[in-house]
Amino acid sequence: MKPTQILKTWMLAGVVAVFISACATTQEEIGVQDGAPVDGQSTDGGSMTDGSMSSGGAEATGLAGSDGGDGTAIVDSMPLTATEMLAEPEGDLASRTIYFEYDSAKLTSESIAILETHGNFIAGNGEVRVRLEGHADERGSREYNIALGDRRAQSVRRVLLFQGASTDQVETVSYGEENPAVSGHDEDAWSKNRRVELIYTVN
Amino acid sequence: MTSKLEMPLKKLAAKLFPLLLLCLSQPVTAALTIEITEGVDSALPIAVVPFDTSKVTVKFPLDLAEIVSSDLNRSGVLKVLNRADNPESPHYSNQVQYSRWRNASQDYLVVGRVLEKSAGVYTIEFQLLDVLKQKQLIGRSMTAKKRDLRSRAHQISDFIYEEITGTRGAFNTRIAYVRAQPNAARKYVLQVADTDGFNAQNVLESDEPIMSPSWSPDGKSLAYVSFESSRPEIFIQHLATARRTKVSGFSGLNSAPSWSPDGNYLALVLSKDGSPDIYTLNTRTKRLKRLTEHRSIDTEPVWNNDGNSIIFTSDRSGTPQLYEVSVNGGKPKRITFEGRYNTAANLSPDGRYIAMVHGDRGQYKIAQLDRQTGNLIVLTDSTLDESPSFSPNGKMLLYASTAGNNGLLYAVAIDGRAKHKLSDQAGDIREPVWGPFESK
Repeated sequence: MKPTQILKTWMLAGVVAVFISACATTQEEIGVQDGAPVDGQSTDGGSMTDGSMSSGGAEATGLAGSDGGDGTAIVDSMPLTATEMLAEPEGDLASRTIYFEYDSAKLTSESIAILETHGNFIAGNGEVRVRLEGHADERGSREYNIALGDRRAQSVRRVLLFQGASTDQVETVSYGEENPAVSGHDEDAWSKNRRVELIYTVN
Repeated sequence: MTSKLEMPLKKLAAKLFPLLLLCLSQPVTAALTIEITEGVDSALPIAVVPFDTSKVTVKFPLDLAEIVSSDLNRSGVLKVLNRADNPESPHYSNQVQYSRWRNASQDYLVVGRVLEKSAGVYTIEFQLLDVLKQKQLIGRSMTAKKRDLRSRAHQISDFIYEEITGTRGAFNTRIAYVRAQPNAARKYVLQVADTDGFNAQNVLESDEPIMSPSWSPDGKSLAYVSFESSRPEIFIQHLATARRTKVSGFSGLNSAPSWSPDGNYLALVLSKDGSPDIYTLNTRTKRLKRLTEHRSIDTEPVWNNDGNSIIFTSDRSGTPQLYEVSVNGGKPKRITFEGRYNTAANLSPDGRYIAMVHGDRGQYKIAQLDRQTGNLIVLTDSTLDESPSFSPNGKMLLYASTAGNNGLLYAVAIDGRAKHKLSDQAGDIREPVWGPFESK
C-alpha cells in the first residue's frame, strides 16, 4: 500500500510529465509484443520459439524494446556485458560525475548528453542499478546543502528515467556538504564539490 | 584490565559494529577548551576566591572557583578579577575585609568552602556578597557526589548570574554537536557536553555522517540524522539508556528533525514526493502531515514557541529565505527580505528574535532578526559561520565556524557581544545545539 501510494503521489506531482508518457510508451510496446502471438494465433507452439511469449522473455523484451526505439541495437550487436561496458575507460559511460553551478540543480546540455547515454545503458540492462549521490559545496547551512544535493540527484534521476531507466534501478541519496571530493575553501575546490556521482552496481 | 588487552578489543569492536550507541555514562577525556576572543568593557567586576578544600581528607578533584569564573566570564555581563590580583583569600563572609575589595574596584565577591559529608559525598557552601553594601546577597549549601561536582559548579554560576542580572542562568545545561574525526576509525561522533565544553560524552559513533541533532523539550532525548545505512534516516535516541527508534526512513531525503514545544511532534524534511518539503510527524501515532508543497527546496523547519507555526528555509523566490507556515498548512509567508541568503533559523526562547545564517557577498555570518522592529543585526565577523542556536535563557548564541579544515564552536553573548571559542584540536566540530533547562 505504501509503495503504491508513494508512486501515485510521485506521478501526481508530475515532476516530469514526459516521464509518465515515456512509461506509457514502454507499456504500449510491451502490449504490442504480448499481442504478437494473437496475430499468429492459428499457429501452434512453434510460433513461440522466438521466446516473445515466455514471461522471462517478456521482461527482457520490454527493456530491449525501449532500446530498440532508440535504434541502438545493443542487445543484438554488442556482446559486452554490462560490467564490461562499465569497465570501458573511454566514452560517456566513463563520465560518472556531473557538476553544477553554485546553488543550482540545473543540468548543462553537456551533462544531459552524458546522462542520456547512462539512461539508455541502464534502460537496456535490467541487471544494472545506479546510486546517485548528490553533493554540495561547504558554503551556507548544512541542511540547505543536503536538500540541494537531493535536488541535484533528482535532476539526474529525471533524465535517467526519461531515457527509460526504471524507478527500481535508480536510487538517490544526498550527502550535502558532508563528503567533499576536494578539501579547500576556494572556488576551485567548491566547483569540484558541487556534484552528483553515479555509482553503479550490477546484480 | 590492562591497556594491552583493551586496544585490540576496541579495534575488533570497531570492525564488528560500524555503529556504536552509547548511553551517557563514561565521560570522554578530550574536552573542549574555552578561549575568550573578545571582552567587554561594560561588564560588572566580580571576584571569586578559590574555595577552601583543606577540610577534605582526600585531595579535592576540582577547582570549583575556576569553573565558576570561566562561566561568569563567558556571560559577557560579568568580568572576573584575575585570581592573582585578589587582595585576600577569605572563605566565609565574616572573614571579608570589604575595603580591600572596594579598593580593588570589585562590585561583587564570591567565597566558599567544601566539606566532606561522608566518604565521596561533599557539601559545598558559597556566599555571594555585595561589596559596596557589605552584605550577603545569597548563601547556599548543596551536597554532591564526585561525578556531580562540575554540575554543582555550574549551578553556583547560575545562582550568581540570576541574582545579579535577574535572568535565569543557563550554565548548568548541556550542548550537543557532531564531531568529525578525519583520521579515526569512527569518523563521526555525536557528543553531549557541558556548556563549557567539559564532560563530553559520546551518544553515537558511526563510520557514516551524523547530522542535525535536535533536543527534545525535556532534554532527555536527541533526534538526529544518521547515514549508517548509507542514506539519511531520522532516529530518536533516549540519552540515558541509549535506546533508540528509527522514525523516518522514506526514500530520498529524511532530514532536519525539529521537536515541537510540547514534545509530541517532529517537524522534518522529506523528498519522497519529489522535492524537499516540510512535514510534521506525530511521534506517537506516526501520523505524517505535509505542510509545504512546492518544487523548490523547503528545509530547516523550527517551531514557533506557541507550536502553531513553523519557520523554514525555502528558495521558492530564487534565493534561500525564511518563511513561516501554519502547522495546518496553507500559504507560507516570507519573513526575511534583506540579503540574498538567509537560512538555518533558530528562535530565541521569548520568540522575539530569529538567529540565522546570513550570506552577503560570499560571506556567511550569524545574524539576528528582531521580529518586533524588523531590524537585522549581523553578530559575527568571520566568513563561514553556521548553525546558530540560542541558549535557553536567550542570552547567548552558540554557532560553528569553519577555520582552516576544522569547524570550531563559538558562543557570542547577545548583550555586549562577548565572543568565546570552544575549541579542540582533535576533529572538526559542527552543528551545535544548546539543550533546554533541566526540568526542576
